[in-house]
Amino acid sequence: MKRRSLMKAAALVAAMGMGSAAVAQDDRTVIGVSIPSATHGFMGGLNWHAQDTIRRLGETYPNIEFVLSTASDPARQVNDIEDMMATRNIDALVVLPFESEPLTAPVAAVKDAGKFVTVVDRGLSQDGIEDLYVAGDNTAFGRVAGEYFADNLDEGAKIVVLRGIPTTLDNERVEAFQAALEGSGVEILDMQHGNWNRDDAFTVMQDYLSKYPEIDAVWAADDDMAIGVLEAISAANRTEEMWVIGGAGMKEIVGRIMEGDPQLPVNVTYPPALISSAIEMTALNFVSNAPMKGRFIIGSQLITPENAEQFHYPDSPF
Amino acid sequence: MKHLDLHTLGPIIALIALIILGALLNPAFLAPANITNVLARSAFIGMIAVGMTFVITAGGLDLSVGSMAAFLAGIAIIAMNTVLPYLGPNWGTILIGMAVALTGGLIAGYLNGALVTKARIEPFIVTLGTMGIFRSLVTWLADGGTLSLEYGLRTLYRPVYYGGIGWITWPIIAFAVVALLGEWMMRHSRFGRHVEAIGSNDRVARYSAIDVGRVRLMTYLLLGMLVGLAVVLYVPRLGSASGSTGVLWELEAIAAVIIGGTALKGGRGRVWGTVVGVLILSMIDNILNLADLVSPYLNGAIQGVIIVLAVVLQREKRTAEER
Repeated sequence: MKRRSLMKAAALVAAMGMGSAAVAQDDRTVIGVSIPSATHGFMGGLNWHAQDTIRRLGETYPNIEFVLSTASDPARQVNDIEDMMATRNIDALVVLPFESEPLTAPVAAVKDAGKFVTVVDRGLSQDGIEDLYVAGDNTAFGRVAGEYFADNLDEGAKIVVLRGIPTTLDNERVEAFQAALEGSGVEILDMQHGNWNRDDAFTVMQDYLSKYPEIDAVWAADDDMAIGVLEAISAANRTEEMWVIGGAGMKEIVGRIMEGDPQLPVNVTYPPALISSAIEMTALNFVSNAPMKGRFIIGSQLITPENAEQFHYPDSPF
Repeated sequence: MKHLDLHTLGPIIALIALIILGALLNPAFLAPANITNVLARSAFIGMIAVGMTFVITAGGLDLSVGSMAAFLAGIAIIAMNTVLPYLGPNWGTILIGMAVALTGGLIAGYLNGALVTKARIEPFIVTLGTMGIFRSLVTWLADGGTLSLEYGLRTLYRPVYYGGIGWITWPIIAFAVVALLGEWMMRHSRFGRHVEAIGSNDRVARYSAIDVGRVRLMTYLLLGMLVGLAVVLYVPRLGSASGSTGVLWELEAIAAVIIGGTALKGGRGRVWGTVVGVLILSMIDNILNLADLVSPYLNGAIQGVIIVLAVVLQREKRTAEER
């Protein structure tokens, strides 16, 4: 009994502490940042860049305060945003929606309360809610990769594709990839989901290798998957036979492109640092007169051995 | 007795049906390279599932094994990278990594077991808690990214997963040894009989002078050690660990145990059934990848149907026999 009441008292003290902190912040600008937690490599990189940007901006603009929360599923992200509104009194929200549909109404509510809303990477299912939209270009991500395959493979060449977690984002990429290949005579043998996961990609690639005696190239579509794919190919002793294109610019992969690895000729960017652009532009809205409303689309570029150096971030975990 | 034979054969019949189906759909299914792949892949879940059979038979449950595997892989990689500058890239360094994984597994298993038996908390809640703890710890250790083994060590360590005696690679050998020992322990050792007695009625077991708490604790220790062993063989495969390592392994292991005919409520354990269950699960995946039967969106549904069918078949036979 005694222990239980002690815990209650501790919780009460903690709650009061948070309340008084919120009151003290009233004269400053508070920017809430809500992103999915680091569940795979790309999100890990995105989390790192978010924290890095917040630390840097916090030093540059002492009157701006940041609240960062990471959520492991859409429902928790909704809770996070509601908490930010209720207890931290935010002036702006930077949100990378876990999924478009479930987050649309809660983000619209933030907008209705008169806050500045920045949506990152995944659009909401209703237009016109956000003040600022910052995103990578998924269509270009698929197209740039597809064009490389079309230009560098002969007619009749055979390729296999590893897809991500089934989402609209993945569909956009794959459709653009297929469109870019059209008319090139390159044949896609198979497309299975590797879920942007090393182990799953390893398994799927092993099965591709058992199934198809001839494969000329692999579109792994993500660098985590590329790692699993490379390992499966090397275990089957077929490294000479095919090259692999990943995506998103993981530092290990970019490093190998810099060294001119024949198995990894190029990579396509989809920078996790796009969260930095979003946070930075949102902060600028409060400290400068620069217009910050509209849509900002970050292009997907081809990383080649010549330009790889500028895409190499040795400090980032991704 | 005849009825009993029929129904215990259920999982094996399902496995044979799957093998025939796979061979018909794609001849590459029976190629030695593919068989090696499937068996080696099954080894991680397989060894964990053998340990899980003991925990479930004693009336417990462990949801933390997937996260525990990720965490152990993480600390083993960190340990090896840390001692590398002092010892150099040799087997001594790798043995230290293996020792860290195995000891870590024992400690983690002890933690789960002690919370269940000494603090008397429901195993579901204890292991749900430790599942979250281990998962967060590995994400934190990796700074949200991936922990990778140094390149020199990877080349040296790699044969532990890919090498072996001919096409029988080390993970397959380890899995076979664990399965045989597990089967022997469950059937013929005093520990196995105590585990079954506790699972079917722990009060009666207590009156029969069985140290119920100790035996239960031992099942968690055994499972933790087997998770450690699985990690020892997992790390050389990709040489990395991250927050997405071992996701849902716990459910796959539990599903394999139940498909194999062990009762979820405890009291009846069948280690060889678990082995068959693990093989069924990884073969479904393999067959779906090898044959373009359905849209890849439906892979999960096919898996679900087969799991439910495998258990339903056993159930009907069991009730018929009880009548």
